[in-house]
Amino acid sequence: MVKRPIYGLMAEFASPEEVLAAAHRTHEAGYRRIDAFSPIPVEGLAEAVGFDWTILPTLVFCGGLGGGLAGFGMCWYANVISFPLNIGGKPFNSWPMWIPITFELTILGAALTAVFGMLALNGLPTPYHPTFNVERFAAASTDRFFLCIKARDQKFDLAQTKAFLEGLHPHGVFEIED
Amino acid sequence: MTLPNILPDNVRLQIDRAQRRALAFGVVGLIITVALAFGLKDWTQFFHSYLVAYVFWMVFAMGCMAILQLHHMTGGRWGLPIRRILEAGTRTIPAMTVLFVPVLFGMSRLYPWMQAGSLGDEPAGHFRRVYLEPHFFIVRAVIYFAIWNLLAALLNKWSAEQDRTGDLILKDRMSSLAAPGTILWALSWSWAMVDWVMTLEPTWYSSIYGMVFMVIACLAALSFSVVMLRMLDGYQPLHDSYDPPRLNDIGNLMLTFTLLWTYMSFAQFLIIWSGNLKQEIPWVKVRAFGPWAPVAAALLILHFFVPFFILLQRGVKRRLQRLSVLAVWMLVITLVDVYWLIVPSFQQSGPRIHGLDVFAVIGIGGVWVGAYMAQLKKMPLLPLHDPRFAGVLEHQHGD
Repeated sequence: MVKRPIYGLMAEFASPEEVLAAAHRTHEAGYRRIDAFSPIPVEGLAEAVGFDWTILPTLVFCGGLGGGLAGFGMCWYANVISFPLNIGGKPFNSWPMWIPITFELTILGAALTAVFGMLALNGLPTPYHPTFNVERFAAASTDRFFLCIKARDQKFDLAQTKAFLEGLHPHGVFEIED
Repeated sequence: MTLPNILPDNVRLQIDRAQRRALAFGVVGLIITVALAFGLKDWTQFFHSYLVAYVFWMVFAMGCMAILQLHHMTGGRWGLPIRRILEAGTRTIPAMTVLFVPVLFGMSRLYPWMQAGSLGDEPAGHFRRVYLEPHFFIVRAVIYFAIWNLLAALLNKWSAEQDRTGDLILKDRMSSLAAPGTILWALSWSWAMVDWVMTLEPTWYSSIYGMVFMVIACLAALSFSVVMLRMLDGYQPLHDSYDPPRLNDIGNLMLTFTLLWTYMSFAQFLIIWSGNLKQEIPWVKVRAFGPWAPVAAALLILHFFVPFFILLQRGVKRRLQRLSVLAVWMLVITLVDVYWLIVPSFQQSGPRIHGLDVFAVIGIGGVWVGAYMAQLKKMPLLPLHDPRFAGVLEHQHGD
């Protein structure tokens, strides 16, 4: 495996509008392996860095479906197979009674899948990440916005990309050591 | 920044045309309804059909009021494109007030409690005899209409003033009214539905009933707004006032109310079904297990499962063309829902659509849509000076 001395280049911006505009221009310039960091949600930023699809909604749907089936199945098994009881003369398979549990477990399954699926797909928890090598990057949690072009990008060329980023009028461009 | 203060000619023409057509349908529909009732000498059926049609169209006006007030309280850019569409809906309340009068003439044919001895045993019977006294019923109806007309008048007056003066205090005034206004709306509307519809079976009661109609109203108003957006889609600056994320918000609200409809309807069913009490269960038995069962099953699938799965798709919520198709569907299925809630009270034997049912829905609907269009063209299609929307249109109309 070839060791990459540089993970990528990072540019610092002071406002969400600046980083959004920069992200659009970077994507337009043909860079694809890009990422943006912001202390607050910036509408449109994910789309601007080329993030258009994730499997997470599908996973959440399946999690919900699984939870619902498990909830209904549990009630059905308990009341029809395992321990049938005559309650108020109702049939053993009193399915309307199972609906609240089915509903709750649908929500539970979907919510847990959403949280843990999001963490897993993001590769979290990540105790070490090359971006931490940039000292200024700590400000991404408070009041600064960063745009990163990774060295894996086909178009990446240290000198050219650096010049390109500087052309976006950032507050600074940093090399990220891997 | 200048926006056209009056409607562009082509918009006005289109709305005029819709108004004329709707009023023609309405007048002809109502004439046929009355003539048919004369011909058949069946005034009982006339009032049954009239009540169903009236409640169905009243749902639109009341829903517009609810969503409008909801937006005044919470804000959000999703309210910009549909604000005037909703306000025009609330201005149909005076017309609906007039259209309620025939119900009063039909009271003795509609409500079993007008006959003695139908109100059950003591002690509940005693309360019912006091509450369901005809004059008291009329007084309550007058109070409901007074509340709705007053709320609609104030909200529209201030909104028009905001257009003229741009006074910043008007936004606060509207949101301060919207909070107590929503409480008043919820109480009066659920009370009205208990009075006008639930007492068709005077010994049956359900505490969720009013909330079911609140949710029906909100869902109908949102769906109707989407249909109106589609109709007016070609016109500026309305077209620029929303983008896919805003439509997505409105679609999500539709999803929310679809879920809430299912929750309310099912909770009502579940509580009565599991309680299995002799004064409650007949209502459910007729609607969900008897000859009306296919309608109940159809509602479960077509009012919940189908719209639910469709509204999970972003591709639908972000495209007006697709979302408006679903919105039309929601309006159709809401009519089925209202029919299913009300008609089994008169007709235990199962669904049997009478000609009067059809003509009453067309007649009152035509008058309502006509009144709606007449109101819609009285104001610009977008609020001009709401501070919450400042800047939204600027990239298109800045100067």
